[in-house]
Amino acid sequence: MTLDLALFVVLASVIAASAIGVVVSHTIVRSAVFLLFTLIGVAFLYFLIGAEFLGAAQLIVYVGGTLVLLVFGGMLTSGGPFQTLKVRRLEWLFGGLVALAIFAALAQVSLALGQRPTTDAPLPPGAGPLGVAFLTSHLLPFEIVSVHLLVVLVGAAYLARTRKRAALGSEDSASPPNGGTP
Amino acid sequence: MLSTLDQYLPHAVAIVVAAGVAALVVFTFIGAAAFLFIWGERKVSGRIQDRLGPTRVGKFGLLQSLADGIKLVTKEDFVPAGSDKFLFRIAPFVAFCAAFTGFIALPFAQGVVAQPLNVGAFFILAVLSSEVFGVLLAGYSSANKWSLFGGVREAAQVVSYEIPRSLCVLVPVCIAGTLNLNTIATQQEGFFWNWYVFHDPFTFVAFFVFFIVATASCKRAPFDLAEAESELVSGFLTEYSGMRWSYFFLAEYASMFAMSALASILFLGGWHTGLLPFEPATAFGAILGNLVDVGVFILKGSTLVVVMMWMRWSLPRLRIDQVMSTCLEYFVPISCGLLIGVCVWQLYVPSTVAEGTKYVLAFGSLAFMGVTLVAAAKTRPTPQHAGAFAKP
Repeated sequence: MTLDLALFVVLASVIAASAIGVVVSHTIVRSAVFLLFTLIGVAFLYFLIGAEFLGAAQLIVYVGGTLVLLVFGGMLTSGGPFQTLKVRRLEWLFGGLVALAIFAALAQVSLALGQRPTTDAPLPPGAGPLGVAFLTSHLLPFEIVSVHLLVVLVGAAYLARTRKRAALGSEDSASPPNGGTP
Repeated sequence: MLSTLDQYLPHAVAIVVAAGVAALVVFTFIGAAAFLFIWGERKVSGRIQDRLGPTRVGKFGLLQSLADGIKLVTKEDFVPAGSDKFLFRIAPFVAFCAAFTGFIALPFAQGVVAQPLNVGAFFILAVLSSEVFGVLLAGYSSANKWSLFGGVREAAQVVSYEIPRSLCVLVPVCIAGTLNLNTIATQQEGFFWNWYVFHDPFTFVAFFVFFIVATASCKRAPFDLAEAESELVSGFLTEYSGMRWSYFFLAEYASMFAMSALASILFLGGWHTGLLPFEPATAFGAILGNLVDVGVFILKGSTLVVVMMWMRWSLPRLRIDQVMSTCLEYFVPISCGLLIGVCVWQLYVPSTVAEGTKYVLAFGSLAFMGVTLVAAAKTRPTPQHAGAFAKP
């Protein structure tokens, strides 16, 4: 058994175990923590096959951004401390069926791909070739995603804007304007 | 090292041994650095507040951190009754692991790096930004309102300050044309006007913006809203004690050094002294030269850390809405402008003007520093403070 395979087995079992943890945890923040381990494990898988840029992007986007926002949202919106999630039997059944279907599809695709990439294989393209590809051969999808993100940003700013009319309507006209606090 | 080990061990074992040694070296460095920085912080704060700081334990109180460490180890490992015990226990380690992982891609000299990465700058930003997760978990799992407020503030602050921080890193990366920290530092070899901070007006401003934003993302005062002991008891640290508490501090000092080291690689020439026209590693032989390089690099990083301490004890804390608006209304637009500016400079400014600007900025800063130092040396303490610096 090569080192490559041994590291893969360790990482894959960590990923699988924490993925199960995400599903069986009862509070949303605990699920998020297990999701953290899953995502970090996947990032390390990318590092293992030499896709450094993809791994770092996974860390900065999902761990540093999405998960923090997820926990942040959970903390701000929960009704009480450590609110537990109750899952009904029907939801288990339905969720399990969907998960099985996705697993079957993924398994079929990855088996069709053939061999697992190893560290001996030529390295995937780094940041330079990726950037050139984004601005030349893949310009249209890149721009579509950019515009999509811009729309989301504008929408978020619209939802979070200071409501001037509401502030004027209140009797306390000297109240400080809503700062940048979320 | 890997090639030497390969002669005696199977390749797979050699890799594992080399990785273990590298991790041990990094861990020792973080421990030693935190040991000295905590002592330094107490000394700096003492001097700024007209005190002496620690003097009793060892020469100049140097062993103060050791005494603190022994005290912390012997404290009870306390977990509050209503808390989420699992999350409460792992939160300090999440914070520490993030800070530790950043050091893996940090080159201390030409090739002296645990794992050379082609996207080193991006990787360090990515892992250091996940340090916030530990703080957030600590705040949430303590089941305490002060902790929760601290955690929420930290999340809001770090997520916003990440944007100007990444944009400021992009400014020198635009000039270097690579994310590889080793290459970026090598490009700044030679005299100090080759450093990227003096490359053009935009990088000059970018250095200061990056430093302020990095201070904020290390949750250091004047941006330490997550702790804010005048409002939140100790913020996310309220319920922590003993070893777990000290892990947060290890993480804090480690990430302070990591950010300072990143700043010195990107802007201040990395391990180059700026005074020698040649590379010490080639002139003095591999071992001695690399030792000089590592020394210079650690000195540069530590100087920036001391500046962070100096800022902490000189400036009052901002309010949370001021922290957020400073980021969103000033730092984000400024750093976007800097990024556009540096691209335009690279494309359209003739090379003679660019060369001239380099010298003007470098010698202008040197002259400014000289004038400030002379003025500071000439300042005499006022009569009522005359005894402040005398020995007791």
